[in-house]
Amino acid sequence: MTGVAHPIEISGLVKDFGNTRALDGLDLTVEQGQIHGFLGPNGSGKSTTIRVLLGMLRADAGEVRLFGEDPWREAAALHRRLAYVPGDVNLWPNLTGGEVIDLLGRLRGGIDEGRRAELVERFELDPTKKGRSYSKGNRQKVALVAALASDVELLVLDEPTSGLDPIMESVFQEYVDAFRDSGHTVLLSSHILAEVEELCDRVSIIRAGRTVETGTLGDLRHLTRTSVRAELEQPPEGLELLPGIHDLEVDGTRTRFEVDTAELDDALAVLLRFGLRSLTSQPPTLEELFLRHYGDEVPSEADDEVLGRR
Amino acid sequence: MTGARIFLRTFLRRDRWMLLAWAVGAVLLYYSQAVSVDGLYRTQAEFDRAAASMEHNAAFIAMAGPARALNSIGGQVTWQASAFGAIVAGLMSMFLVGRHTRAEEESGRDELLRGAAIGRYAPMTAALVTALLANLLLGVLVALSLWSYPLALADSLGLGLGLTLCGWFFTGTALVAAQLTASTRSMYGLSGAVMGLAYALRAVGDIGYPALSWLSPIGWYQAMHPFSGLRWWPGLLLLVAAAAAVVAAYALFDRRDVGSGLLAARPGPARAGRGLHGSLGLAWRLQRGSVVGWALGVLFTGLAYGAIGNDVGDLVGDSKASRDLFAQGGAGLVDGFYATACLMLALLACGFAVSSALRPRTEETDGRVEDLLATALPRREWLLGHTVVTVAGTVAVLMGAAVGLGAGYAMVTADPGTALRLSAPVLQYLPAVLLLSALARLLYGLSPRVATLAWLPLVLAVVVMFFGDLLRLPQWLQDLSPFEHLALVPAQDFRWGPFLALAALAASVSFLGQSAFCRRDIG
Repeated sequence: MTGVAHPIEISGLVKDFGNTRALDGLDLTVEQGQIHGFLGPNGSGKSTTIRVLLGMLRADAGEVRLFGEDPWREAAALHRRLAYVPGDVNLWPNLTGGEVIDLLGRLRGGIDEGRRAELVERFELDPTKKGRSYSKGNRQKVALVAALASDVELLVLDEPTSGLDPIMESVFQEYVDAFRDSGHTVLLSSHILAEVEELCDRVSIIRAGRTVETGTLGDLRHLTRTSVRAELEQPPEGLELLPGIHDLEVDGTRTRFEVDTAELDDALAVLLRFGLRSLTSQPPTLEELFLRHYGDEVPSEADDEVLGRR
Repeated sequence: MTGARIFLRTFLRRDRWMLLAWAVGAVLLYYSQAVSVDGLYRTQAEFDRAAASMEHNAAFIAMAGPARALNSIGGQVTWQASAFGAIVAGLMSMFLVGRHTRAEEESGRDELLRGAAIGRYAPMTAALVTALLANLLLGVLVALSLWSYPLALADSLGLGLGLTLCGWFFTGTALVAAQLTASTRSMYGLSGAVMGLAYALRAVGDIGYPALSWLSPIGWYQAMHPFSGLRWWPGLLLLVAAAAAVVAAYALFDRRDVGSGLLAARPGPARAGRGLHGSLGLAWRLQRGSVVGWALGVLFTGLAYGAIGNDVGDLVGDSKASRDLFAQGGAGLVDGFYATACLMLALLACGFAVSSALRPRTEETDGRVEDLLATALPRREWLLGHTVVTVAGTVAVLMGAAVGLGAGYAMVTADPGTALRLSAPVLQYLPAVLLLSALARLLYGLSPRVATLAWLPLVLAVVVMFFGDLLRLPQWLQDLSPFEHLALVPAQDFRWGPFLALAALAASVSFLGQSAFCRRDIG
C-alpha cells in the first residue's frame, strides 16, 4: 500500500535551539506494520524528534524520511497519510469537541462516519462540550477520536494516554492494536513503561538526544536482570560463584538475588540442586531498562564516547 | 470566614498596580473634562451658546445623560463623565470579582486552597471587600481631584461617591453572575449585559421616557444631580440595591457546589457545521466575534462624531488653538473637523487590524497550530486564511466607521449627500491600516517572540497625529507614519498616488511575512 518498508527513517538527526543541542545524532527506523515504542525521560528529545518528523521544525543535520520523502518540503502531502496526537492537546475554547473532531477530519481529507460514532461512544466522550470545559483526559480523547477515525496509514502518538484512566487506556490499546493488525504503522512515544510493554513490537530508547538502544523487547532483555526469590529444602551453596549474580541474600533456606537475564538458566540449575519449595521471579521491566540506561552505569559509557569523539 | 483576612491581603497585593491603573483612568476621565471645557471657551457667553446647542442634541443626551447646567464646568464634567465613569467602575468591579472567584474556581486553584483550613465564604468575601475598597478609592480620588480643580466640595463628593455606589452595585451583580455561570467568560458576558442594559435604559429614558431612567442604576447616579442642585437620596437607592445583590449572591452561593454554576453550561453542537471547513472557515469562526465587535464599536464612535452635525463651530469654540486643531489645511471648520474624525476612526480601526494580524500568534503560542499543521493543511494556506479574515475584517470595520459617521451626520442634518461626502473618506485609509497589519504579519512570520512589537507603529502614528507639530517631531519621524502620506479628505483633495503606493507596500510586506512564516520553525 505504501510501497515503503520503513515509513519512518531518521539517521544522524541534529537539532539545535540556540546554544542548546536538543537532538544529537538521533537514529530511528520504524518498520511498516509495527508499533514502535519511542522511550525516553522528559526532555530527552522525543517531542522534538516528532516535530521534525512532522515538518514543524527544520533539521540542522542528518537525514529524515517520512514515507521515503522529506517531511520539511512535502509536509502537507505526507500529512494526508498520517494522524498525530500531541501529548498536551490544546483545543479552541469556544469550539465543541465534536466540531474539532470534524474539523481535523476534514483537514485530513475525510473521516469514517461509522468509526467516528463508535469511537465517541467507546471513549465515553461528550462531543457537545466546549473546549474550555474539557479536562486534560477529555481533550486527549477528542484528539484520539479524530486521529483513529481518519483513514490513515501511520499514527504518530506523543504520550497519548497521560491523562486517560485505566479503562480508557485499555480502549485505546485495543484500537491501536487493531490499527496495527490491519497492516498500519504506529510511532508511540511514552514514558509509561507498562503501555509500551503492552503494545510495542519494537522499542527505541533515547537519552539526551541520542538513540542508546533499539530492538525488540526480547533483544533488550539481555540488558536486564531478573529478580528471584526462592525457598529451598536445604541452605544453598555456590550461588555466589556464578557469574551475573547480584545482591545475593541467603537466610537459611530462603534466598533472594538478582541475576542477569542471560545467566538465569545457570542460576536456576543451582537452585534445583537444593530442592525447590517455592519460587517467585519477576521478569525484567522497562523500568529496569531505564535504570540501567539512566542510572550510574550507562551514562559513564556515554560520556566516554563523547570524550572519545572529541 | 477563617482566612478571609489573608485572602484580602493577598488580593490587594496582587491587584495593587491594576487598581492604581483603574483609579488613574477614572480620575483622568473626570478631571480631563474639566480641563478641556475650561480651555475650549474663552467667555461665559461663548460657553452659554455652546451649552444651548448641546442641550437640544438628542444623540448627545442619549450618549451621556440628562443635560443639566451645561454652561458650568461642574455640569459639563457630570454630563460628560458620569455615565462612562459608571461603566468604568462596573468593568473594574466585574474583572476584580471575576478574577478572584469564578476564574479561580474554573482553573481549579480554588479547590486547592479549599483543602486548607479556610472558611467556606473566605475567598468570596475577600473578593467582595477588595472590590468595595477599590470602588471607594476610585470615588474618593475622583472627588478629591475635582475639589482640587477647584470645584465645589459637596458636589465633587456627590459625583465621586455616586461613582463608588455605582461600582458597588455592579460588584453585587458581578458576584451574582459568578454564582450563576460556570465559566469566567460567560460570567463577564452576563455582568457586561447588566451594565449594557443599565446604560441603554437610561439612554432611552433621558431622551423622553423618564420612568425608564429610574429603572437604571446609572440613572440613579445621574439623578443625584451633582453641580445642579445636589441631592443625596438617589444614592441610597444604589446602596440598597447593591446590598440586596450581595445578599442574593451569598444565598445563591449556598445553593451550589464549588466549581459549578447554577445555570448549566450550554452544550454546543455535536457536529461541525458546513462553514467550519478549511483554514478560512476556521479563521472566520475564531475571529468573527472580534470583527463584529470592532465594527459595532467604531460604528457607535462614528455615530457620536457624526451627531455633532454642523454645530462644530459652537462646540469647538472661538479659541485659536482649538480651531487650528480641527481646521487643518485651511479648509472650512466642518470639513476640517470631519477630516480629522475620519483619521481618528481609521486609527481606531488599526486596533482591530493589528490584533487580528496577531491572532495566528496566539494560536501558535497556545499550542493549537500544530494539531492543524499535522493535517494535510499547508502552512501557507493556514496563514492565508487568517490573512483573508484580517483584510476583509478591516474593510468591514472601516465601513462600520463610515456608516456610523454618515448616519450620525444625516440624522442630525437630514442631508445625506453631505453626510456621504464627509464620511466616505474613512475608506481611503484602508491601505495605511492594512500596512500596519502587514507589518504585524511580517514580525510574526519572522518570530512569534518579536511579534508584539507590531503595536509600536500604531503608537507612532497616534503620537504623530496628535502631537507631531506640538512636540516638533522631526519630519523624517513623522513621515514614518503611513497616515501622514494620505491627504486629509474632505479638507483636502484625494490623491491616488500615495493610496496606491501604500496598497502595494502593504501587499508586499504581507507577502514577505507569509513567506518568512513558511521558512521558520513552529512553536
